[in-house]
Amino acid sequence: MGIVEAILLSVITAATPLVLAAAGELVAERSGVLNLGVEGMMIMGAVSAFAATQITGSPYIGVLAGIGAGVLFALLFGFLTLTLVANQVATGLALTLLGLGVSGMLGEGFLGMQGIKLQPITIPLLSQVPFLGPLLFRQDAIFYLSIAVVAGIHWFLFRSRAGLKLRAVGDSHASAHALGVDVVRTRYLAVLFGGACAGLAGAQLSLVYTPQWVENMSAGRGWIALALVVFASWRPWRVVAGGYLFGAVSISQLHAQAFGIGIPSQFLSSLPYLATIIVLILISHNRRMTLINTPASLGKPFVPDR
Amino acid sequence: MKKLLVALATTAAVLGVVSAASAQEKAKVCFVYVGSKTDGGWTQAHDIGRQQVEKELGDKVETQFLENVPEGPDAERAIERLARSGCGLIFTTSFGFMDATIKIAQKFPDVKFEHATGYKTAPNVATYNSRFYEGRYIQGQIAAKMSQKGLAGYIASFPIPEVVMGINSFVIGARSVNPDFKIKVVWANTWFDPGKEADAAKALIDQGVDILTQHTDTTAPMQVAAERGIKAFGQASDMIAAGPQTQLTAIVDTWGAYYVKRTQAFLDGKWESTSSWDGLKDGILTMAPYTNMPDDVKAMAEATEAKIKSGELKPFTGPLNKQDGSPWLKEGETADDGTLLGMNFYVEGVDDKLPQ
Repeated sequence: MGIVEAILLSVITAATPLVLAAAGELVAERSGVLNLGVEGMMIMGAVSAFAATQITGSPYIGVLAGIGAGVLFALLFGFLTLTLVANQVATGLALTLLGLGVSGMLGEGFLGMQGIKLQPITIPLLSQVPFLGPLLFRQDAIFYLSIAVVAGIHWFLFRSRAGLKLRAVGDSHASAHALGVDVVRTRYLAVLFGGACAGLAGAQLSLVYTPQWVENMSAGRGWIALALVVFASWRPWRVVAGGYLFGAVSISQLHAQAFGIGIPSQFLSSLPYLATIIVLILISHNRRMTLINTPASLGKPFVPDR
Repeated sequence: MKKLLVALATTAAVLGVVSAASAQEKAKVCFVYVGSKTDGGWTQAHDIGRQQVEKELGDKVETQFLENVPEGPDAERAIERLARSGCGLIFTTSFGFMDATIKIAQKFPDVKFEHATGYKTAPNVATYNSRFYEGRYIQGQIAAKMSQKGLAGYIASFPIPEVVMGINSFVIGARSVNPDFKIKVVWANTWFDPGKEADAAKALIDQGVDILTQHTDTTAPMQVAAERGIKAFGQASDMIAAGPQTQLTAIVDTWGAYYVKRTQAFLDGKWESTSSWDGLKDGILTMAPYTNMPDDVKAMAEATEAKIKSGELKPFTGPLNKQDGSPWLKEGETADDGTLLGMNFYVEGVDDKLPQ
């Protein structure tokens, strides 16, 4: 295996959780809900996936448990912000704090246990393609899912009637409501989908990236995912571009250090952030397009008049 | 909003003060932790020390701790809270608590403080540290024997003297066995991020190192080493569970004896402000069992450990050159503690530019 392939393999592993969590959050934000609890849902996904895998011996049940935990936490968020109309920013922050605390408590019995890795699935024929085959078609199920999820979101948002309604809810909940769209129900579904993606991203951390459980193991990836959504100006494929760019620069800078390139490591460590910001600014330089893509009702509470 | 408050209160309870016992007449000894007490590394080692105090002096003292206290202004509040709540002796167990400890100590002259790995003292503030570098020297020697390529990978956290000292000691140890030995260093710029530590480990292995050592807190690098089939060293705690066929040995922090000794002095009214820097011979660090290596390498490691304990061998002894080849220590000359504690340069053999 060449060094380029080795680097790309590490990049895929590092980028997948970011892409997944950001894609889920993108759907929630497109419906007008800002959920800052991504980190909390992610860490709950990580601990639940690890625990379920240890108990049942099957990482696939672990994946389901991770998704379930993310959905459950998202449901709590939905109840507080959509039904009780609590402040979204404060509730999201609380969700992150709660997730970090609760996951630490739940995970205490699983510390130091030997993890079970989600094994790659080799796709026949495609995996024989030189260079790309081993990279893209000998991956774990969560990687395949991450690409399918983004493609699905793109189709849903821009090609389906339900997606159009969801965007309408995010742009002007009052107008959508007047047209007979159930704003609260749409937002609930979007938030739950976001939770499922964040939970799946968490499962990737504890089953693929580093198959183990340690408290706080998401280490801020939920926040990076949140930033990616904004920088990608709420476009699904740009989330992939941003996530992979971030991953690519993160991994390359480690290689540059190991190679002994002689650039201060603090600067190299900040490169992923810099590069992502610069590139995403460049691709979204068209201010009008950016405004069109920004959900106008983002973060605003909706109380239906009865 | 009410629900939000409930959620916040629950979180606070999870993260908050945990009182181990509640008898009023006992003296109170308290600990401030930077991480979680179950982190499998640095903080866990301190908590095991606290438990030893409970076990050996539990009839005379009760202990209390605060975990996940961030370094910076929050630390001041946490330490002050403990001082107000009647703690007589407070251990603050991270370098970044230094200024906060000194500041609160001025406010509470009757409370005794002990700060780990720092260099500022006061009449009621003592410091304590461990000569981790002694263990790194032994690891370096083992690495030089075990590596086929004469090239090890080193995952470092932040360029502070403590970490630089460890890298140098590892290299000096390795070069005492194989004068051509080289290491590659990757700075993760974090103490704790399993994903990033694993990425750093993969990068180093992809670039051809066949031994891995780390100065970060999680077992992720050990796990990667195990997956790739190379050998590695554990850090702060015995990490053998993460790599039963991988770990050669680990530096294990054992603070318990020191905590018991200082608590006893406090109870006897004989506590004084001291700066203690103990090593292998005092038992403040121990080496995890030497495993996954041939008997002759194990024998060499044990012999080196014995020599360091007896004082016959000091890792930082000349002749030693700095990274650029300029002479640093003459034949037989030993670096003093002040130089070590302020170490900001590499010795010969490190294939990296030190971040300044």
